[in-house]
Amino acid sequence: MIADRLMRVLTLADYNTRVVMFGTVMLGIAGGVIGVFLLLRRRALLADAVSHAALPGVAGAFLLILALGGNPRSLPLLMLGALVSGLFGMGCVLFITRFTRISQDAALGIVLSVFFGFGIALLGIIQRTRGAPAAGLNSFIYGRTASMIRADAMLIGTAALVVVVVSVVLFKEFRLFTFDPDFAAGDGWPVQRLDTLLMALVVAVTVIGLQAVGIILVIAILVVPPAAARFWTDRLDHMVLISAGMGAIGAYLGTGISALAPRLPAGAVIVVAHGAVFVVSMLFGSTRGVLRDLFAHRTLARRTVMQNLLRALFECEEAGRGGSVESQWRYLTTARGWIDRELTRGLRLLLHDGSIYRLPAGAWQLTELGRVRAARVTRNHRLWEVYLLEHAETARAHVDRGADYIEHVLGEELVAELEAALPRFGKVVPASVHVIGPAGGSA
Amino acid sequence: MDATAPVSGPIASEQTPSSDADGNRCALHIRDLTVAYHRKPVLWDVDLDVPPSVVAGIVGPNGAGKSTLIKAVLDLVPHASGTVEIFGKPYRKQRRLVGYVPQRESVDWNYPINALELVAMGLYRTIGWFRRVGPVYRRRALEALADVGMADLARRQISQLSGGQQQRIFLARALVQDADVYFMDEPFSGVDAATEKAIIAILQRLREAGKTVFVVHHDLETVREYFDYLIMLNMRVVSAGPVADVFTPENLRRTYGGRLTLLDRAVDAMGRSR
Amino acid sequence: MIWTSLDTWIVVAAALAGATCALIGSFLVLKKVSMMGDAISHAVLPGIAVAFILTGSRAGPVMLVGAALVGILTAVLVQLITRHARLEEGASMGVVFTVLFAIGLILIERAARNVDIHPEHVLFGAVELVPLHVISFWGWDVPRGVVLLVVVLAVNVLLVLLFFKELRLATFDPELATALGINANAVHYVLMVLVAMTTVAAFEVVGSILVIAMLIVPGAIAWLLTRRLLPFLLVSVGVSVVAAVVGHIAAITVPPLFGYADTSTSGSMATVLGLFFFLAMLFAPEQGLLARAWNTARLRLAIGSQDALGLLARAAEKAGEGSLSAAEFRDVSSSPFAGRRLRLAATLGLLRARGLVAARGGRYCVTVRGLEQGRAVLRSHRLWERFFYEDGQVELGELHTAADVLEHYTDPGLQQELAERFAGIATDPRGNRIPEESSPARRIGAPRARTPNDREKEPRA
Repeated sequence: MIADRLMRVLTLADYNTRVVMFGTVMLGIAGGVIGVFLLLRRRALLADAVSHAALPGVAGAFLLILALGGNPRSLPLLMLGALVSGLFGMGCVLFITRFTRISQDAALGIVLSVFFGFGIALLGIIQRTRGAPAAGLNSFIYGRTASMIRADAMLIGTAALVVVVVSVVLFKEFRLFTFDPDFAAGDGWPVQRLDTLLMALVVAVTVIGLQAVGIILVIAILVVPPAAARFWTDRLDHMVLISAGMGAIGAYLGTGISALAPRLPAGAVIVVAHGAVFVVSMLFGSTRGVLRDLFAHRTLARRTVMQNLLRALFECEEAGRGGSVESQWRYLTTARGWIDRELTRGLRLLLHDGSIYRLPAGAWQLTELGRVRAARVTRNHRLWEVYLLEHAETARAHVDRGADYIEHVLGEELVAELEAALPRFGKVVPASVHVIGPAGGSA
Repeated sequence: MDATAPVSGPIASEQTPSSDADGNRCALHIRDLTVAYHRKPVLWDVDLDVPPSVVAGIVGPNGAGKSTLIKAVLDLVPHASGTVEIFGKPYRKQRRLVGYVPQRESVDWNYPINALELVAMGLYRTIGWFRRVGPVYRRRALEALADVGMADLARRQISQLSGGQQQRIFLARALVQDADVYFMDEPFSGVDAATEKAIIAILQRLREAGKTVFVVHHDLETVREYFDYLIMLNMRVVSAGPVADVFTPENLRRTYGGRLTLLDRAVDAMGRSR
Repeated sequence: MIWTSLDTWIVVAAALAGATCALIGSFLVLKKVSMMGDAISHAVLPGIAVAFILTGSRAGPVMLVGAALVGILTAVLVQLITRHARLEEGASMGVVFTVLFAIGLILIERAARNVDIHPEHVLFGAVELVPLHVISFWGWDVPRGVVLLVVVLAVNVLLVLLFFKELRLATFDPELATALGINANAVHYVLMVLVAMTTVAAFEVVGSILVIAMLIVPGAIAWLLTRRLLPFLLVSVGVSVVAAVVGHIAAITVPPLFGYADTSTSGSMATVLGLFFFLAMLFAPEQGLLARAWNTARLRLAIGSQDALGLLARAAEKAGEGSLSAAEFRDVSSSPFAGRRLRLAATLGLLRARGLVAARGGRYCVTVRGLEQGRAVLRSHRLWERFFYEDGQVELGELHTAADVLEHYTDPGLQQELAERFAGIATDPRGNRIPEESSPARRIGAPRARTPNDREKEPRA
């Protein structure tokens, strides 16, 4: 029964569902696209202030229409009210930051909360006025997709189209001025006007989104999808596409679920759906995702242990102390400072890797493959040490990448450079620059 | 040089604007430029005439207004007064002749963009409004990247470049602007030796191509080596001219030594009384 | 207006909520993390909802614990996302609080089926209902919400008093605080926990959104009025208590003026706070827009007067008698009045009113007192010229402009130093005499703007 209804919703079997779905998905796309630039312009919370500041506009317009005897549920008029007071709120933020010593975050908080509070006071008046159909106003606060009609969906669709077209046409210009406004201005681009255009589009999406998602949460459709998209790519064009896609997916899922559970506030459901998409992105994202970072970190840590141990075993052999298990163990723990736990872990990894095997007597021995690897690791390490000693001046640049890890992340190109810088060593493993082993120690 | 003799061009006020004594056009001509942040003067009454085809260093202590001078020329900060001309015409009309390398710290290096795309930004004004960055332009950007020795890092996201490499792509972006006058804000700060060498080579090439380059610089030891013209700045132009003439201990003392404490305090008083 | 004991309790609860929020919010404003208050107040909603569902009641310790956890969670998540996505902090906040808030909204909607709550009351407050749930203390009925607020307020006050020095250091001089071993991160997290608990304690009165107004606006008002911590906190708390009283009265009296019924006290409180902020922005004694405009105007006029007296003193030096016509004032090549009739007229009017200048037959003559002051200006001017010439690498032709500006900003101390520096030198670089210092009572230099030097960042209680 539930599954049946779910299918009906997700396959857009009903006309109403189609209308609502079209509207919210378009909104998701518009928010996803313009939100990318909003985030990169570092203005995310300004949109929050604008949306909260829209409430007194909505309530004021309602009261005004009621007083003039019109139909107070006329959506375009309420949206006009929202637009006017949202813009006024934005103006207040800019005014306060420019002309007083109040910092921007405080200015945002002040405008957001005071305007919203004033809106609540007006709403209180409306609710206590007999005969006023106040219920429609609640949808502005919590968002109500169910009441969306064809005209609303068309309005949202048009706005989304405008946003997408402008973003595509001015993609290059938006990228330039959000990345480096100084350079853009020096290059002769009208940065001020581009900025105004961007903020105008943001305000437009915010006001149009009010009815669907609600005042408090509308900022989510501008902020969450772009933030999620950031985990998947390092390219702006891809980020815009992914963000638009995530906006659409979040809206689709959210609208679908809220169609099944009409009692739940639709705006909140859409935002939670966006949130789910965000969490998935944050965990599994391909460029900055948490799991990828953890995995990369783990791989590096493992490689570091393995390489250090390979070198230690290689040098143990060099020192002629690999014969018995006792002298080998003493060399590794005393002279090289390995602690038992690390050592056991490293040995297990190397064994698994096929780099070492165990003699019947219990001592560890490098395999053919292991010896090749160990020689390479040791060579890199020593070349690096020599380089640091001899070219301390020029080496500075590379050291800033983290001197400890450098030898473990040496790419082919860097090793080649290193060899070119120290031609006298050819392909042999140079002797250690340390008189005795310990200084090289474990990682 | 005598301590009281004016070195920059005070006599210029009697001449036709923007030409030097021989009647050559000046690459950069500044008259009476004053810039103030919140009423507190940062640059004060700057007069400057710089001939074309020189690599000019701008040096001075912290807070001397070196970056501000560049930003004021490029119209990025409002002037309280004064005029700026590039090759005899107001800056606004000569934008296409000007290239700019901002300070590296001025942008967000986590921005989702790769080295090639960043360099291509220098071509945007050639490409014009609305048009995409076509393959022709991408090739030009790639050539500029190769010029600074970074062709193989073209697709790398900019946050994954070292400080020196970031500085080099900034430089490459200015190179593709194909300007006649360049303004570079501390291109040498915090870079490695390889980058430093690359920048010097570029400066050399620009000089040979007859371009004029202004470089905000910190390291006094390398002044003689890098520049042929020097602007010594400390809120005002202390002295400006060919390096051999102006880079004297006396001028250095006047630029860096003996901070003008009384003046500082007066300026502070002005700042406070806003 | 009919005032009942209900109204008294409402005002008491609102005032307590305001004071509690203002005390903690002040530190948000001082540390410039106001929007964290915004984020946390939105984000505590799921905490409140879960506590509702678990305990089935509105207030209590469970809710405070939940709030503290959510406060920490929010702060941690914001930091985590900022670091991982390398986003601006505002964007991370936007993600965290909207999603948590949405979850809370859904939970509350579901809880509303079983527990007696209404989403609107959670979001926008229902101070009107506070007096209905009472606890008896020795036969004395006190609303439960009030008790909770008193407890949280007491905790906040106690913590602020105990750690006053540390807080002052951590907010005004974080670097020094770190050097002295105060863990800035710990302070941040404790603050976030307190904000979350305060939000929860106050939500019944003002709701979880309008609480932002109570947190931030009083602090912002105080920021416009003072920079010393103790007065700052007192102003902040005082303002919010007054706003609570005025807000409630306004809620029940203003709408009827327009023919409506009353309205919500919380919304009205936020509005009143906004008005207070607006007033402070205009009328604050030093930072107010009016005060600053007045200061600028006064400074301009003072500079104008000094310029005029200087010109007259110069004329007196040349001709023996200090008098100029209005036209001459404007014609003197270096005169700041060139082409500025209005400014000249205002300046001369002021000087005449002060008896420093007398008008005689279309000319303006300097009086004895005026001449004395004019000479003082001239002295400053020429000392500065001397200074620039000797130390300042300024060419002869440009000396005048530089000195012209500075002469107005020379207080007696600075002039004394200049004079000592050039003791024995009687002329400016062009050979004009530097006037002698006249009577000791003379006043030189612009009236310094009345902004104290320690305005910026002086940790002083």
